[in-house]
Amino acid sequence: MTRKQKRFVGIGVIGSVIGLAVLLVSIALRDEIVFFYDPSEVVTGQKVAPGQNFRIGGLVKDGSVLKEDTKISFVVTDGSNSVPISFEGILPDLFREGQGVIAEGALNTEGRFIAQNILAKHDENYIPKELEGVLKEKNIYKGEDNQ
Amino acid sequence: MIAELGHYALVLALALTLVQSIVPFWGARTGDQVLMASGTSSSIAGFLALCISFAALTYSYVISDFSLANVWQNSHSDKPMLYKVTGVWGNHEGSMLLWVLILTLFSAMLAAFATNLPSRLKADVLAVQGWVTLAFLLFILFTSNPFERLPQIPAEGKDLNPILQDIGLAIHPPLLYVGYVGFSLTFSFAVAAMISGRIDGAWARYVRPWALVAWVFLTAGIAMGSYWAYYELGWGGWWFWDPVENASFMPWLMGTALIHSALVMEKRDALKIWTILLALLTFSLSLLGTFIVRSGVLTSVHSFASDPTRGIFILGILLIFIGGSLALFAMRANALQQGGLFQPISREGALVFNNLFLTVSCMTVILGTLYPLFLEAIDGSKISVGPPYFNLTFGPLMIPILLVMPLGPLMSWKRSDLLPVLQRLYFVAGASLFCIILALAFTHDGPVLASLAIGLGVWVMLGSVAELVQRSGFPKVNVQTAIARLKGLPRSTWGTAFAHFGVGLMVLGIVGATAFSDEKGISALKGDTIEIAGFTLTHAGSQREQGPNYVQDTLLVSVKRGGVEELKLTPAKRFYTGHGTATTEASIKTYWFSQLYVSVGDTDEEGRTVLRAWWKSQVLFVWLGPILMAFGGCLSLTDRRLRVGAPKTSKAKRALANA
Repeated sequence: MTRKQKRFVGIGVIGSVIGLAVLLVSIALRDEIVFFYDPSEVVTGQKVAPGQNFRIGGLVKDGSVLKEDTKISFVVTDGSNSVPISFEGILPDLFREGQGVIAEGALNTEGRFIAQNILAKHDENYIPKELEGVLKEKNIYKGEDNQ
Repeated sequence: MIAELGHYALVLALALTLVQSIVPFWGARTGDQVLMASGTSSSIAGFLALCISFAALTYSYVISDFSLANVWQNSHSDKPMLYKVTGVWGNHEGSMLLWVLILTLFSAMLAAFATNLPSRLKADVLAVQGWVTLAFLLFILFTSNPFERLPQIPAEGKDLNPILQDIGLAIHPPLLYVGYVGFSLTFSFAVAAMISGRIDGAWARYVRPWALVAWVFLTAGIAMGSYWAYYELGWGGWWFWDPVENASFMPWLMGTALIHSALVMEKRDALKIWTILLALLTFSLSLLGTFIVRSGVLTSVHSFASDPTRGIFILGILLIFIGGSLALFAMRANALQQGGLFQPISREGALVFNNLFLTVSCMTVILGTLYPLFLEAIDGSKISVGPPYFNLTFGPLMIPILLVMPLGPLMSWKRSDLLPVLQRLYFVAGASLFCIILALAFTHDGPVLASLAIGLGVWVMLGSVAELVQRSGFPKVNVQTAIARLKGLPRSTWGTAFAHFGVGLMVLGIVGATAFSDEKGISALKGDTIEIAGFTLTHAGSQREQGPNYVQDTLLVSVKRGGVEELKLTPAKRFYTGHGTATTEASIKTYWFSQLYVSVGDTDEEGRTVLRAWWKSQVLFVWLGPILMAFGGCLSLTDRRLRVGAPKTSKAKRALANA
């Protein structure tokens, strides 16, 4: 091979690997990302169709937690709207009524959120990043002053 | 008093670093040997000052001096001594102090041990190290001073986050930081080379040992962090593709590319510009990782107290160093001498292949990690990018690397032929195919992909042994000769074999832990059972225990196999009284390389406790693999070739004498 041909092949290989990566990334970013919505966006907006995977975040409504076997149901609220959630599995250590929580899953046809996963941080002052803005806007959570 | 001493030492370190940043650099420009040599003493002195500072903070933790805001917020007098000491870096301020301490440790090590470095290069490298140190010392002093006093002394501390009260905190962060921060030296070397405009094979020989040291520690640090998260978080997961994990994984990928490309540069004087760029990017990703972890801009499952104002400061540091170094690179890259050429089918070609896939896959990780930030900035939508994204992008990009990995070391430099190399791997390929068929046969309606992945793991493992076998000459020579030849092989050849074997082992571990594992959960009363992987687990009552700074409810789980009781597992729910937080303590029993993992959830009013059990098949390979990789790196480090100016071997001397 001449030097020119070699360079041509080299650029071709590099280009195709990058092309492959771009293709994979664009497919993944289209199909595999998970949006975050607060209960108001879920209830009032027409953003989510049943079966579509997303994350919902808010505060666990006081007195709403029901446990039956490993099945748990509770209501997550942002002050103005609420969404009922069902979950089966082990809850994080900091899951508590009145605390912030993020659930990942999808709505069923009756508007109940079936969670695959419940996230709550291991720090009691912790408010999930996405949640902080939402709750601050609605004046439920004033922010934490640690100092 | 001691705290003030620590604070004073910190300011002293700042002053010394200022000297280290300016004087040797000026010396290198004016050709003044005395000024250049001053870099050695000022960096060692700066390191000692930071040692004093760090010791002072540790002392304040040990005696529980709650007049310090930092100690009050993160310690408790009841805390066991181990966690009082490790608690020093279990918080933002202390961990940044450790960060800078390690940064200066590397400067001091370079100053003390790299005596054979050209004095100008050494002066420049130390000066650049000084610039980085300066930025982070200012960051500590202005935004996160660990020696800040409280106006009134509280009687008791707020205690360390219980999740961190674990031996993992003693091991994982220091290892990780040595790795992370160690790459600062390769960065400084690269910047110094660009400033002087001179790079050659010798530069790569100076840099490679430092890059390897950093890489070894980073590998071990990530593996230990993963194991810690696995047993401490109680979800049985070992990698979550979480921003904080990616923060350490991105420099690892780049660093891995770097140690491979530096090899080409050292041996063949090629890929010079590329290697310089990798050296810059690796540390840039370390800085990016520090920013992600410390600013808390991305949601993470790992808990770190974060503060946005600090994030902005680190962002500034990030922009100056990444932007500055890349701008310098853009200006200087054309002036740097082009390296030698080589055929695509050659050892160099294989290493370029490795670099291509490592960097591209690293880009996909960077993109996935930062994409939520971009999207929120653009249209305000909040998203999370989780494991599905990374499995779809990173996974496929790893397959070509694994396929080619056994070929690389068997190829010769400059020009090689594919056919003879493949011929040497016939046996390995056959064995891998056999494993695939075996896996397919034994897993009824099992996942086909998993069986293929097992074959891939075996291919890499046996392939890494193939080079050793081939170089021993076995089976053409007898066993004694073969062993003698193996002993005579360079350490770096052994290092490569171990590291690559570790990669294959890790592939097997990942396949086992994801495809052949099982998970079951029930809400159990006393006497209820779970059947999993041939074990019968029975809820055999619970008991309350008192720890030094916690109370825990331990669940007794009797484990039976074939009707015979083997042991009792004791998963527990702990409540830390000082901190007011609960944690889950999983209970794990290891069978060879697989683990039975049991964890508990909440107990309700009727006394039902959520009990969850996992069978994690071959999961230990996930961490044994990286440990072998790190071990391989250590072996390579002891290779005489890496010790620049090492005395010649007696054999070579004899050859010289005879000539």
